[in-house]
Amino acid sequence: MELVPVYLAFILALSIFLGFELISKVPATLHTPLMSGANAISGVTLVGALLAAGADGPDWLATALGAAAVFFATVNVVGGYLVTDRMLGMFKKRAPRRKAQGAEE
Amino acid sequence: MNNLAVNLAYLGAAVLFVVGLKMLGSPGTARRGNALSALGMLVAVVATLLSKDILALHWIVIAAAAGAVVGALAARLVAMTSMPEMVALFNGSGGIASLLVGAAALFPGIALGSGGGEGAVSTFTAVTVFLSVMIGGVTFSGSIVAWGKLAEVLPGGALLFAGQRLVNGGLLVGLLAAGVLFVAAPSTTSPYFALVLVLALTLGVMAVVPIGGADMPVVISLLNSYSGLAACAAGFAINNNVLIVSGSLVGAAGIILTNIMCKAMNRSLANVLFSGFGAVRSGAKVEGEVKPINAEDAGLILEAARAVAFVPGYGMAVAQAQHVVRELGELLEENGCEVSYAIHPVAGRMPGHMNVLLAEAGVPYDQLVEMDDVNPRMATIDVAVVIGANDVVNPAARQDESSPIYGMPIINVDHARTVFVLKRSMASGFAGIDNPLFFGANTRMLFGDAKASVAAVIASLKD
Repeated sequence: MELVPVYLAFILALSIFLGFELISKVPATLHTPLMSGANAISGVTLVGALLAAGADGPDWLATALGAAAVFFATVNVVGGYLVTDRMLGMFKKRAPRRKAQGAEE
Repeated sequence: MNNLAVNLAYLGAAVLFVVGLKMLGSPGTARRGNALSALGMLVAVVATLLSKDILALHWIVIAAAAGAVVGALAARLVAMTSMPEMVALFNGSGGIASLLVGAAALFPGIALGSGGGEGAVSTFTAVTVFLSVMIGGVTFSGSIVAWGKLAEVLPGGALLFAGQRLVNGGLLVGLLAAGVLFVAAPSTTSPYFALVLVLALTLGVMAVVPIGGADMPVVISLLNSYSGLAACAAGFAINNNVLIVSGSLVGAAGIILTNIMCKAMNRSLANVLFSGFGAVRSGAKVEGEVKPINAEDAGLILEAARAVAFVPGYGMAVAQAQHVVRELGELLEENGCEVSYAIHPVAGRMPGHMNVLLAEAGVPYDQLVEMDDVNPRMATIDVAVVIGANDVVNPAARQDESSPIYGMPIINVDHARTVFVLKRSMASGFAGIDNPLFFGANTRMLFGDAKASVAAVIASLKD
């Protein structure tokens, strides 16, 4: 059991390096969606919130804390993904040039 | 679902997050990447709900439904100009969620598999609870202050007082001391737990208060990183891999963005966080005569131009001028002119702020060029149109060693053949620094509201 923290620390260290590698090449154009998309991922704390709220322990306070956490984490997750999608939907490549195409839209 | 199945689902979710983040890195695949990452979240949530650890659903359903409605409405209704505020609030809600999860892990039966269960809280769990409450608390209150500054509910400038660093240092020491005392005897009723909570919230406020509006891109990125680290700490508190993996991915992403923002201002993170930049005026006074121009003459010059670069700043967002700017750009393109939009990494109030606004207005992303790409060919630009930007085009950053922004990389609009500066009046920029660009021989000032000015130029071009 005392090795569990070490395993978790392994995962932590490797994930941080992975994160650096993944993000370092993102063009400046996408910085905002990247940030809000990453922010939505940080709402994964929702998983912990669900476990806390659903444990149905004897202490109502734990359930209340869990339920509040579920609320805030869901705001973060749902809002974060939707707003990122909305932003990314706006990023368009240059339409094929000139008016012939323009009339179709 | 048994534990093995749940953990395999978490593994799948983590893979989807990684692939999703990777795809967010290029404009063509970004939207699908975000969808994949959302799918990963769905997998993780469904697996959790199906696990044997979830015994009661009613509170979950109520809280999640309320959260989903709030989140969806916020995401749909927010104006693109208010995106920095929105991201600040989402950061804050992630932070407080991690704080609450950390606190809940103190109760029996929540800290799953960590030797918690019925017995006392282990030291390991106590440390991680402390970390999630501390980071989550700082993220939450810091984000609320950042939101207040961005939404102009609070004064946007840097707020400094004597002994500020001493107070903040004291807060941090007190917080760590309270943490040690809490870990020594962890329980839900520990007075030190309450102290940790209060000190963390206070520290978050005090840390963001001295940071001025122009430095907000750094703060937002840093808070983004914290919200990931808070999730990560909560993951340790409840022994959950998917929280640790995704939390640290986000933490790393936030750190990288923070670093890019700092580099773009030629300042260290410590300098941004502690110096209260902008509260003091310094640098050489610039004097000279400005040469105003009217919209009609500006239109004539633009009509003859072969290459035009627009350089937007926060002022464009304030004036909501992005749509007229795009219209002007299209008009010039029809006239055979080559149009680009040169964007400084820290223009606006969050990383990539200007790009989002211009994308919203319908500017294709291949016209959005980065500072390092536009500077080498600045001499071939006939007209650089500066719209509501100031410090990021201030040549004092190159020339005046006494200037507070000396050394900051800027967009060298003063090397273009002609520069138009759209400006409301002759006040200095956010950082309170005089800008010699305004007095340059090839600079023409177009005074007035940016949106009205651009509209007037369009009208004169159409005549």
